[in-house]
Amino acid sequence: MSAQKPRTLFDKIWDAHVVETLPDGTALLYIDLHLTHEVTTPQAFDGLRAAGRKVRRPDATLAVIDHNIATDASRYTGIVDPESRLQVETLEKNVAEFGVPFIPLLDARQGIVHVIGPELGRSLPGMTIVCGDSHTSTHGAMGALAFGIGTSEVEHVLATQTLLQKPAKNMRVAVEGNLAVGCSAKDVTLAIIGKIGTAGGTGHVIEYAGDAIRGLDMAGRMTLCNMSIEGGARAGMVAPDQTTFDYIARTPNGPKGEALDRAIEWWRTLPTDAGAHFDRIVTLAAHEIAPQVTWGTSPEDVLPITAAVPDPEAVEDEARREQFRRKMQYMGLTPGQRLQDLPLDVVFIGSCTNSRIEDIRVAASIARGRKVAEGVRALVVPGSGLVKKQAEAEGLDRILQEAGFEWREAGCSMCLGMNPDKLTPGQRSASTSNRNFEGRQGPGGRTHLVSPATAAASAIAGHLADVRDYQPKDAH
Amino acid sequence: MEAFTTLTGIAAPMPKANVDTDQIIPARFLKSISRTGFGKNLFANFRFREDGSENPDFVLNQEPYRKAEILIAFENFGCGSSREHAPWALLDFGIRCVIAPDFADIFHNNSFKNGVLPVKLPREVCAQLMEDAKMGGNARITVDLERQVVVRPSGEEIPFQIDPLRRHLLLNGLDDIGQTMQHAPAIDGFEAKQRAAQPWLYGA
Repeated sequence: MSAQKPRTLFDKIWDAHVVETLPDGTALLYIDLHLTHEVTTPQAFDGLRAAGRKVRRPDATLAVIDHNIATDASRYTGIVDPESRLQVETLEKNVAEFGVPFIPLLDARQGIVHVIGPELGRSLPGMTIVCGDSHTSTHGAMGALAFGIGTSEVEHVLATQTLLQKPAKNMRVAVEGNLAVGCSAKDVTLAIIGKIGTAGGTGHVIEYAGDAIRGLDMAGRMTLCNMSIEGGARAGMVAPDQTTFDYIARTPNGPKGEALDRAIEWWRTLPTDAGAHFDRIVTLAAHEIAPQVTWGTSPEDVLPITAAVPDPEAVEDEARREQFRRKMQYMGLTPGQRLQDLPLDVVFIGSCTNSRIEDIRVAASIARGRKVAEGVRALVVPGSGLVKKQAEAEGLDRILQEAGFEWREAGCSMCLGMNPDKLTPGQRSASTSNRNFEGRQGPGGRTHLVSPATAAASAIAGHLADVRDYQPKDAH
Repeated sequence: MEAFTTLTGIAAPMPKANVDTDQIIPARFLKSISRTGFGKNLFANFRFREDGSENPDFVLNQEPYRKAEILIAFENFGCGSSREHAPWALLDFGIRCVIAPDFADIFHNNSFKNGVLPVKLPREVCAQLMEDAKMGGNARITVDLERQVVVRPSGEEIPFQIDPLRRHLLLNGLDDIGQTMQHAPAIDGFEAKQRAAQPWLYGA
C-alpha cells in the first residue's frame, strides 16, 4: 500500500464524496443530507415541477418550518400574515407532492433547522450536509462538511443529490488553554471574527482545534461552527471525538447498536492526520478572551465588555472613516462611551447560534433569584420543541418567567426580522444571535451580539453588563 | 437564465465594504414564492424612509443611477445570508454586474446561477471605477465577458480573471442541472458503493 499524503478532516470528507472530477477541476460532490425550510425552497420546487424532475433522495432530505412563524401562542390559531402563510402552505404542498419527510409546525420536534438536525441524530460525522441557509455551517460541529447554498443549488441537490463545487482551502483556528470564568463558545467565536475579520475565512473551510475547543460540549461547538460564515468561511468543523459519539448515542434518530459501532469505527479515521497542510493557521490564547460584545454593524466590530466605544477619526482611509461614522450614527454611539453604560430596550436569547438547552441553562442560572430591569423586554426562545420540553422538565421556564423573561415557542424569532418578533426603529438589543447588520432585527434596530450569559446579565442590569459581576446565586 | 456576453451601461458607485445581503434585500421581503418582483425592495432600508417615501440621498434614487446596470463597491460584497433573493433583486432592478475587490462565497455562486456577473478587481482599480461611476451618464462602463475586460470611459481596458467553466455557462446562459443529469450513471455507482459501506446514511 502506498503511503498517502497526510490529509485534513475536510480533505477526507471531500475525497469520500467526489462522484466525478470535471476536466477543469470542479468536483461533482455527493450530498448526504439536505435540510430545507420554507424561505429558500419554493422557487426550487417550482423549477423541478417545470422541468418534470423528481426529488432524487427523499430519505436524505428533511423539511421544517422555522423562519416565518410567530413564537407566541398565535401559532396554534394559524399564521396571521398572508405572505408568511402562503410560504408555509407552499412548503406543505411541495413536501406532499414530492414525498419529502416533513416536520409540521405543531409537531413536538419542530424547531430551527440547525438545532433539529443534530438534535434528532440526522447530522452525523463524515457527512456532507447542505441547506439553503448560510448558518448550515453549524452542523460542522458534528465533524461534518456542512455549508449554506442558494436556491438554484437547492434545486440542483433536490434533482441530483450532488453539487458542482471547487475544493476549498484549509484553515486551522486553534484556541489553546482554558477559557476564563464567564466566557463561552460565543465569546470565542466573536473573538476569532474580531481577529480575522468578516472576510478572513473567504474561500476556506475552518477546522477549529486546540484544547479549549476539545473541552467544549456539542452545543458550544455548534455555536462556534455556526458563526464561521460571519468570519467569511463557507464552513467550520470540529473533529469528531468521544464527546460527539456520546451525543449521537443519545439522539432519537441516530444509528444504534451495531450500525453505531460500525459508524464510529469510520468516524475515528476522520480527524486530521499529523503533518497535514493548512493554507492558513490562526492561534488564540483562550485565557486572553474576555466576554465579548459587538458595538457596530458588522460582527467584526467587536470588543471586550470592559472596553469603550472606539473613535472613527482614528481611521486613516477616507472611505473607511466615512463608513465608520455611519456605523456610529446608526448605532447611536459616542466615541469613548463605556459599552457597559449602553441602556437596553430588548434582550433576545435564541437563534440557531444560542438556543440549545445548554444556553438556556446558563441564562436561567443567572436569572435565578433576580429580576429583569424595568423597561427591558427579555425573550427566551428555545431552538426546538424538544429543547422547550427539556427546559420545562428542568423547571427552567419557571425560573426565567419568575425573573420576568418571556418564555416562547421554538423558531428563528428575533434573529432576522421576518416574523412578528422584531425591533422597532431605534431600539437597542443585546442578542445571542449572529448578525448585527443594519436592520437585521427590524428596520432601525440596534443589535449588540453577546453570549447567553452576557444577555441574561444585561437583561437584569438594564444595560450591557459584565457577566462576571452576575455569577449564579445559590439555588437554595 | 439569460446569457451574459457584453454589457455597456451606467455604473452606480457604492463606496462601502461589507455590503451584506440583509442590506441588498431585507428578510421581511423574502416571503414571495416567485423569483421576480424583488427589485422594488432592493436596498429597501436605504432607498426608502420610514414613511415609505424615497430617500433622495441614496444613489439608486438619483439620476441617472435609477437606470444603473452595474454596481461598484468595496470588499466582501454579498456577505451574510445565503438568500438567492439578493441576486434576484439586483437582476430585477436591472443590475447585471457587480464590480468589487472580493465577494462572499455564497453570493458569488448565486450570482453566476442567475446571469449576474461578479467581477473581482483590486481595490485601487475599484476606487478608479468608483470615480468614473460618479460621472454618471457621461461615463458608461463596458463589461466584456467574452474578452474578459472592463472598459473604462477613457477607453482604458482592465483585464479580469474568471473561472472558465462559469464563464462558459454564463456566455451561453446554461442551466447546470441538465449537465449534471448526464452524470447519472456515476451518481448511481457512487450511491451503490456508499450504501454498502455506510448503510446508516440510507433509508432514514
